[in-house]
Amino acid sequence: MNRIDKLFRNKKNNILSIYFTAGYPELTSAEGIIKDLCAAGVDMIEIGMPFSDPLADGPVLQQSNCAALKNGMNIHLLFTQLENIRKEVSIPLILMGYLNPVLKYGMEKFCLKCAATGIDGVIIPDLPPEVWTEQFRPVFEKYNLYNIFLISPRTDDDRIRKLDSLCRGFLYIVSSSSTTGKSEGFDQAKVEYLKRLQGMDLKNPGLTGFGISDADSFSQACRYSQGAIIGSAFVKRLGEKTAESLPVRDFVNSIISA
Amino acid sequence: MKYHVDERGYYGEFGGAFIPEMMYPNIRELRENYIKILDDKGFRDEFSTLLKEYAGRPSPLFHARRLSEFYNTQILLKREDLNHTGAHKINNTIGQILIAKRLGKTRIIAETGAGQHGVATATVCALMGLECVIFMGKLDVERQAPNVLRMKMLGARVVPVISGNMTLKDATSEAIRDWINNPDDTYYIIGSVVGPHPYPDLVARLQAVISEEIMWQIMEKTGRPEPDYLLACVGGGSNAAGSFYHYLDNDNVKLIAVEAAGLGTDSGETAATIATGSPGILHGSRTMIMQNDDGQITEPYSISAGLDYPGIGPLLAWLDRSHRVFFDSATDREALAAAFRLTRLEGIIPALEPAHALAILDKIRFRPDDVVVVTISGRGDKDMQAYIKYMNDMSL
Repeated sequence: MNRIDKLFRNKKNNILSIYFTAGYPELTSAEGIIKDLCAAGVDMIEIGMPFSDPLADGPVLQQSNCAALKNGMNIHLLFTQLENIRKEVSIPLILMGYLNPVLKYGMEKFCLKCAATGIDGVIIPDLPPEVWTEQFRPVFEKYNLYNIFLISPRTDDDRIRKLDSLCRGFLYIVSSSSTTGKSEGFDQAKVEYLKRLQGMDLKNPGLTGFGISDADSFSQACRYSQGAIIGSAFVKRLGEKTAESLPVRDFVNSIISA
Repeated sequence: MKYHVDERGYYGEFGGAFIPEMMYPNIRELRENYIKILDDKGFRDEFSTLLKEYAGRPSPLFHARRLSEFYNTQILLKREDLNHTGAHKINNTIGQILIAKRLGKTRIIAETGAGQHGVATATVCALMGLECVIFMGKLDVERQAPNVLRMKMLGARVVPVISGNMTLKDATSEAIRDWINNPDDTYYIIGSVVGPHPYPDLVARLQAVISEEIMWQIMEKTGRPEPDYLLACVGGGSNAAGSFYHYLDNDNVKLIAVEAAGLGTDSGETAATIATGSPGILHGSRTMIMQNDDGQITEPYSISAGLDYPGIGPLLAWLDRSHRVFFDSATDREALAAAFRLTRLEGIIPALEPAHALAILDKIRFRPDDVVVVTISGRGDKDMQAYIKYMNDMSL
């Protein structure tokens, strides 16, 4: 059973997924961050594969992508770094990145490597569902790799149902029409949107992302969906030079023990 | 029509719409409406009236006699440099702002490299009374100061982009991000035949006025139904697409596209995408792009800010792949020399971009009675700094 399914079967609410960019702040940071996140009690981890032109990302993640590439991160190296991760980590791991580096690496080889490494799902925001269905679905299914689809407040009901039918694992609910890292509070429009989704009786659970940055927005998102994804706020913390000895644990605690 | 976009938004293996879901509703809205709007009589009347009375079209097809003599062939210049705002870019911005208005949008965004598309967008926004925000790489803001001031005088807000290499690619990415963040009231006037479908087709159709005019002008000037050669420079490819458009299915016309080689296609400092690139995804379409072994987009280089882009429109990539268009490239120095040749022989100071197309005249052996049309996509006012430097270096 895919670990994502297992997670959602065992936990119905308050699921916390954390995103970070592999290769940031240091080239070899990923393994340590994953273990720290796991120890701190997060439910799922999204590992970002850096890209030179991350179109859906705001300034914080643009900067971490850029720095990670300067540090020398690439997909091949990332798989090498994650080679033994399943010996210690059992929560679902997801790779998130843009299409071009994955295509250059080779989609079949990528899926095979994901399976071998113990990656459970992939988020590629600029891979349209139509293209995925036509060209890549068989290879994803061959390796039991889930492709997670994004829906946004402007995605109409017909398309939400279509994406829901194609998606496995969970739907990534983009909380507002925005790039990542824009925390503008959890306004009524977001609540209405999440309520609308709740009323649609979709087959997949949903996690809310984009603009979730603290305990307050996390708990709001959890009221109307199964949980939430935090990216920019965490990456920003990783980039800060602080005296904290355990920045990962402290950050996670600030979200879930509030 | 084998070179036109198919119903899925592809030119052969190139094109498509590789966009995040947040952009999907806007792209779908445009895709479902653009042909309808372009075919609408009200639109066509308004578009052609503005092209004529506001942009100053038709642009002349000028028989360059001294240049012809120099190369011992018949050279005609398609004078897009004489358009309002000084380049072919205005053809596209007039068309797209009329579309934006019909879609009920009130805020316009655009990317710009050299500033020509930015100026052309700011111009039509002033004309139509719409809010205008232009994204421009910080490096380009510095090296194209006069155009920045023109945009500001026209009432546009110019946002310097500080990500990446701070040039055209980054300005385009930032415009896309702005559109994701402002999906309801905003329309993105993309400046070239790049981006997700339907933009490449939309911009090509709006720029096709160039070849539409060449068709009757060539008959008028030479009595012949078509030229033997058409030459245009290519960055994203909008003036080339417009110059070639009505001749794509006419194999009697040899089509030549000229990329910016920068310091040379082997130098690592180049913007010649067809010469040095490979297929990949950039700014929403599958096309030829400049990338490293990890699929990261590499930074291009050219003296010409308008050609300084690591991709090319999917139509142009397909025209290369299917051998309909012959691609060549010219270096910075070759372009500079060609710009001075045209200036001294014909009294026309071209922009650096079409100077690349002119440079190819040195490399092709034409027959004396060949009819060769070169599109002069813009004028050289914006490039005076580079020209003055060259003049001093070469003691011209």
